[in-house]
Amino acid sequence: MRDYYAQYVTIGIFAIVAAVLVVGTLQLSRLLRPSHPTAEKLTTYESGIDPIGAGWAQTSVRYYVYALLFVIFDVEAVFLFPWATVFESLGTQAFVEMVIFVGILALALLYAIKKRLLEWL
Amino acid sequence: MNWVIDLIGGPQTVIAIAKVLIVFASLLVLMILVVWAERRILADMQARIGPNRWGPFGLLQTLADGIKLITKEDFRPQLADRWTYAAAPVIAAVASFLAFAVVPFGDEVTIAGHRIDFILSDLNIGLLFFLAAGSIGVYGVALAGWSSGSKYPLLGAVRASAQMISYEIALGLSLIPIVLVSGSLSTKAIVAAQAGSVQNVTFFDGIPVLESISRYFEYVPNWYIWSQWPAFLIFLIAGIAETNRAPFDLPEAESELVAGYMTEYGGAKFLMFFLGEYLHIVTVSAMAVTLFFGGWNGPAPDFLGWVWPLAWFLFKTGLFVYLFVWLRATLPRLRYDRLMWLGWKRLIPASLLWIAVTAVVNIDNAQLSRNWKLGAFGVMFAVVMVWVGKGDPRLRSAVSPQRRLDGTT
Repeated sequence: MRDYYAQYVTIGIFAIVAAVLVVGTLQLSRLLRPSHPTAEKLTTYESGIDPIGAGWAQTSVRYYVYALLFVIFDVEAVFLFPWATVFESLGTQAFVEMVIFVGILALALLYAIKKRLLEWL
Repeated sequence: MNWVIDLIGGPQTVIAIAKVLIVFASLLVLMILVVWAERRILADMQARIGPNRWGPFGLLQTLADGIKLITKEDFRPQLADRWTYAAAPVIAAVASFLAFAVVPFGDEVTIAGHRIDFILSDLNIGLLFFLAAGSIGVYGVALAGWSSGSKYPLLGAVRASAQMISYEIALGLSLIPIVLVSGSLSTKAIVAAQAGSVQNVTFFDGIPVLESISRYFEYVPNWYIWSQWPAFLIFLIAGIAETNRAPFDLPEAESELVAGYMTEYGGAKFLMFFLGEYLHIVTVSAMAVTLFFGGWNGPAPDFLGWVWPLAWFLFKTGLFVYLFVWLRATLPRLRYDRLMWLGWKRLIPASLLWIAVTAVVNIDNAQLSRNWKLGAFGVMFAVVMVWVGKGDPRLRSAVSPQRRLDGTT
């Protein structure tokens, strides 16, 4: 139990050191750098011409489909990891069960492909 | 609760802090070297000299660039969201550091009675942690683009997020065959499983001439690359896409999106994104070595026991970093629809099939004879190859415009 938590303590120390270094560098830079903001400098950069409209652009609705599919398949991967870890002791039955589970999701992917949802127009 | 006090105040914590600081400093030095190496190698491939003014062979050039970036004026655009804009580079850099925590970079040593592993943290869920740290990196990218209050960063960030989550699936699925054969999620255990030389090779048994070749298998290291090379290819492609490197550097396609999600960043904040990207390259290279090329395993003489594993690890990782640079110098950037096609219609189905192949081969059941397993393996392998090798119909129509005119595609 102790060893188990010790690993996470190390991760915690690492995360704290990383955050302190990164934020520290940014603060150090704040002390060292000049700061003379003017109205022109603070405008949005659009390749040197005056920005048109607000800083917002429409994005394709297709990203949304990919986001939905991502959730499905990422959860699938999460289920596959524990299955793979203990696979050796589970045998054929676990294999068949996982084939059915992955098969259903693969059908969903096939459906999305056939519906031409994954085609970028 | 005694063990909690023990844990915080004991020698383990001192060792942990020392390890963290050493690894941290080494990573920063390594990152400086990698940036320098990339610029020198790229210059060499393009028949230029590259940075050669600061220090011997221009070694200090990256340091000079860092100092310049820190002392550069850094203003926040008026439309940017104050806190998110400041937090995004921190998230990107910290997440890249964290991913390295589960990479084993050497064997263990004993100093003054304390065993010290050459790995920051041997989590029993090491591979999941590696994936999770990569996912957090996506937040840095997405928030940077969203908070800049500008069109190009927003487009770049949406693009980058879609690319990274798509290839993250393939990356995660390509690790599962490794878990299947090693039975562990711990990176340390996976490296330990690849020690020594290839054993129990029975391919050539009973074949007169080839059987004698089997003797030489004791010189072949027991790496997972031999049996898991399809998983390695998927891992490598998805890993390059995850790091946003050429030929998958669409999020920062300068010809379309200025600099993508980094457009409104400058000075020290830009430095953090830069740091994160190069650390990510090192981590993905180190993971490829750990999972498929035996990690720090390698032949070593009897003296200086702990140096050799570390040297082997750095050497193998260096080769992968070289490959990253080589690819950047060689391959043109993919078009976005080609990128999504490769990720969703090839890499994900191929990795799913490869998981099934690996599972069938490793199934522990006396009822399934070896021939049956090999037959199933052959059929599924053929399916994978045909499926992956089949090109996109639209690519073929692009090659032959006449066919598109005929309406036959």
